[in-house]
Amino acid sequence: MSNPVQLLERLSTVRGLRGSVLVSAADGLIVAESLMTGVDGRAVAALAASLMNRLRRATESAGRREPVFLQLQAQGGSVLATPCGPDLVLVAVAGPDANVGLARLEMLEAAGKVA
Amino acid sequence: MSDDIRGMTAELAADPDSLIFLELGEALRRRGQLDAAFKVARTGLGRYPELARAHDLFARIFCDRKEPDRAFESWVTALQFDPSLVSAHKGLGFLYYQAGDLASAEKHLAYAGQADPDDGGTATALERVRADATAAKAAPASVSAAGAEPAQAEPRAAGDGAAPDDVMLPTIAGAGGLAFSFDEGARSPVQEAVFSGLDGGADGLLLVDANGLRLGGGLRNPDGQDVADSVAALLAGVSKEAARTTRLLALGDWRGLAVECGDGNLFLSAPSDSTLLLTVRGLDVPMGRVARFAERASAAARTWLERAE
Repeated sequence: MSNPVQLLERLSTVRGLRGSVLVSAADGLIVAESLMTGVDGRAVAALAASLMNRLRRATESAGRREPVFLQLQAQGGSVLATPCGPDLVLVAVAGPDANVGLARLEMLEAAGKVA
Repeated sequence: MSDDIRGMTAELAADPDSLIFLELGEALRRRGQLDAAFKVARTGLGRYPELARAHDLFARIFCDRKEPDRAFESWVTALQFDPSLVSAHKGLGFLYYQAGDLASAEKHLAYAGQADPDDGGTATALERVRADATAAKAAPASVSAAGAEPAQAEPRAAGDGAAPDDVMLPTIAGAGGLAFSFDEGARSPVQEAVFSGLDGGADGLLLVDANGLRLGGGLRNPDGQDVADSVAALLAGVSKEAARTTRLLALGDWRGLAVECGDGNLFLSAPSDSTLLLTVRGLDVPMGRVARFAERASAAARTWLERAE
């Protein structure tokens, strides 16, 4: 497993990303974080983990495989999340000008290293 | 205990919120383990009191336990939560037929038949009910002479009150009664209406209300099984959670939730404040196109909701 903080700091170089957190999937607590000032890390962690768990159950019930990436789109940006194995979730907050495609690729790569 | 039942029991023990209780309860019922089926159904209903399919399961068990009154209540409740649940219409049609209320039996069976025109069992049952109704009208003198209401036929003994499914077919058919199958693959007229005119129709489109109840559309798993109700129940609260997340992060109103799975692309959107629309497509459809299709489906759902109100 690579150093999580280094992976998060690398992610923060993607244009438009306001930061990222590594979250415990079970309880939504922060494992590691690299966030811009003003971004509520605890809220990001708890809510994104909860959303991921809920969607895991829904996709399972639909007979689909587990979610590998999700993007919650909003007027002022996005919340991106990807599971890192069964226990962790990597979450990033993106502004409206973010390169979401690049962020997605970087996150999936980072998730593979963390898992 | 079969491997299937053992597996489902283990799954339910590991996740008491799992909707596997529906399959487990039905499997136990089919094996005649009615007490066990009842316990599973009762526990599941405690967790999902508004899930139509849970009430439907309860009704089947009551039928097998020869408690038609309770079966009737459960199917009526099921239809309150999902007026388009075909199996509940079939069940009520069967019970009304048994009770001799041919007009009500015909009404429910006609709905089930309209929802699934290819279901031969329902079509045969409907023919039988209509034939009996015609016969009852043709012989009013003898009925009147006995002091009975002419519109009512004699109660049927078909099936001895057992659940009208494929297990009971020989008994019911042997008694000259009705033959049913609980194939829930049918898409109801209501489901068709919401998304009519869209490319691909209602396949992989599911409109859900804030309580996790299906409003329209349908969803099947890759094996072709209807999973709409169970998925709808699990989606309850997603809209609020998404709104809360974006509000706390000062991102404004949420517009959509794109979910990539290993074998498909899902998109969630909110046609209105109190509804959620799930669009499911295979991996061969890029997420961007799924989102665009979801946008058009949302517009269709909004129109339908406005008309319904």
